[in-house]
Amino acid sequence: MRLDELPLNQPATIDRIGWERLDTVAARRLRALGFDEGLTVEALHHGGLVSHDPIACRIGRMTVAIRRNHAALIDVSLA
Amino acid sequence: MTALPLIALVGNPNAGKSALFNALTGARQKTGNYPGVTVERHAGRLILPDGRPAELVDLPGTYSLEPTSPDEQVTRDVITGVQAGERRPDALVIVVDAGNLDNHLRFAGELIAQGIPAIIALNMIDMAERDGLTLDPARLSADLGVPVIPTVAVRKRGVEPLKDEMLTLLGKVATPPRPLEGDFGVRQRQARAFAKAAILHEAPARATTQSIDRIVLHPVGGPIILAVLLFVMFQAVFAWATPFADGIDAGVSAIHDAAFAALPPGIFRSFVADGLIAGVGAVIVFLPQILILFAFILVLETTGYMVRAAFLMDRLMASVGLSGRAFIPLLSSFACAVPGIMATRTIEDPKDRLTTILIAPLMTCSARLPVYAVIIAAFIPARNVLPGIGLQGLVLFGLYLGGIVGALVAALALRRTVTKGRGMGFMMEMPRYQMPIFKNLLLGLWQRAWVFLKRAGTIIAVTTMILWALLNFPRVDPTSGVSQVDHSIAGHIANGLAVVVEPIGFNRDISLALIPAMAAREVAVSALATTYAIDDQDESKRDQTLGERLKGSWSLPTALAFLAWFVFAPQCISTIAVVRRETNGWRWPLFMVAYLFALAYVAAGATFWLATFFGL
Repeated sequence: MRLDELPLNQPATIDRIGWERLDTVAARRLRALGFDEGLTVEALHHGGLVSHDPIACRIGRMTVAIRRNHAALIDVSLA
Repeated sequence: MTALPLIALVGNPNAGKSALFNALTGARQKTGNYPGVTVERHAGRLILPDGRPAELVDLPGTYSLEPTSPDEQVTRDVITGVQAGERRPDALVIVVDAGNLDNHLRFAGELIAQGIPAIIALNMIDMAERDGLTLDPARLSADLGVPVIPTVAVRKRGVEPLKDEMLTLLGKVATPPRPLEGDFGVRQRQARAFAKAAILHEAPARATTQSIDRIVLHPVGGPIILAVLLFVMFQAVFAWATPFADGIDAGVSAIHDAAFAALPPGIFRSFVADGLIAGVGAVIVFLPQILILFAFILVLETTGYMVRAAFLMDRLMASVGLSGRAFIPLLSSFACAVPGIMATRTIEDPKDRLTTILIAPLMTCSARLPVYAVIIAAFIPARNVLPGIGLQGLVLFGLYLGGIVGALVAALALRRTVTKGRGMGFMMEMPRYQMPIFKNLLLGLWQRAWVFLKRAGTIIAVTTMILWALLNFPRVDPTSGVSQVDHSIAGHIANGLAVVVEPIGFNRDISLALIPAMAAREVAVSALATTYAIDDQDESKRDQTLGERLKGSWSLPTALAFLAWFVFAPQCISTIAVVRRETNGWRWPLFMVAYLFALAYVAAGATFWLATFFGL
């Protein structure tokens, strides 16, 4: 499953992040905000009534907002 | 004077650096700019426990030493000692959020490796404890190899131990930088391991923030709350400010009249009263509105709500190629585009930022209101189109809407042409909610107001004086009966301009008013008043109000075209000057002026000819 498909309030483990498909700046920012393989992530809120974009996720002890196109590069499996 | 020891505060965004800076320096601080870049430099005085003063500089919050924005570049360059206008600091205070060690310790490690004597301020320790974390500062200190002091900046807890530790640091010498271990991911994992070791006990996180977010970010409720907040804010900006603005206006008039009475008639009196005092008065009359707006924005920012507003607005902004971050600067631009454009500094993506700067002048700023008010009152009948909805109010709303729609369309067009390219998108940390501290709010308000007054004030004062000169030279012989305005350089420019603006329904009086309106839009009103006052030879017409006078000499299509012009025209030199400063050159301000004048010309022309066609 990808992070953009993850239902709200269901903790999941990050299996793989498509770093190679992100540009350098975006990849570094994603890492700096705490995203990494093996960590637990949980989608908390969706923006946009129809589009459900962006997604606010809990990663570590932090809440981070990312857009769907970036979330689609993150593979997760339910914990 | 020998240089004071320089201590730098450095850390991630949202680590509470500014609050710690305020706690350490109090009101002894100065806001400036780093040379050549649009990054603010905050510095202040600090008294060390032995009575010596030291200079404390608050570096922009960044995530790493590999810069992705001008702010981060400055932080990197100061730490490595290559930033122009700054010495290499003698000591570092690395501020980390105790509740977010996972993410903040990696950057802390990178900073320690730079070799400058450093301490860690383990900040917001109270919130971490409330969040269910029990930390072991001693273990953290042993792992990182530097002293760790728990602090609560907003309550001034830990400030004295921090100062004691600074004294020790200043006795140490910097060591050469150590190479960083591994890549970014490796260091991040190392940091998580340190964080894990320092956490003695951990309970599930952030109950309060989560329950607020459930309401504030609710897919239906969230946007409604945001809309209500914005409505209250605009209501406050326009309603609460009026008595203060009227008071300032009366004060400026009194000073103007006093100067007029005290000085002998002649060119010098005209310069002081009509040039200098009127020009500076035109800026400070906006101060109440700007202070109220800034107060709202500061509260929304420090509580953590502004990031949520950006989250809610991201989808709409994305549809025109921007990100939610552009929302905040555009919001400020409703009071005045100058602080709005200055606020675009928080947008990391350079193309997003440039696009936001270029569309900010389309937000209806408060200076347009006097112009709209006079024209609407004179030409739009005060009747209701629907019960409770007046035609005049509807036209005003339409003008605001016209600006917003124009901005969105312009953003869409710009993103496909001159600012083309894939943006970084939207990735943003959503910090915990915090109660704002009143003293820090006042301090922030004062700093922003001062920066605004200094920048807008100097620019407006200078341009008003230039315009005054254009209107007053060459001098006419008072006995010749020729009007000074007609004879002046501005009068000649207006004659030339009249040919250009005739096709869109403007007369010569309007073109004359457009020139001084470059200093500040609302000056168009007083310029029209002056022109008609000078031109009126007929005594019976002297008693007419400006509105009646306009009604007598303009057609309705002309009035509507004039309104449409002011929705788009870049009639404000301070905005142009700020764009030049923020984009480091003339290229973008010139582009902006060209595209906005073109839009204004087309909009006014279309309005004039459509109105004429429909026989209005």
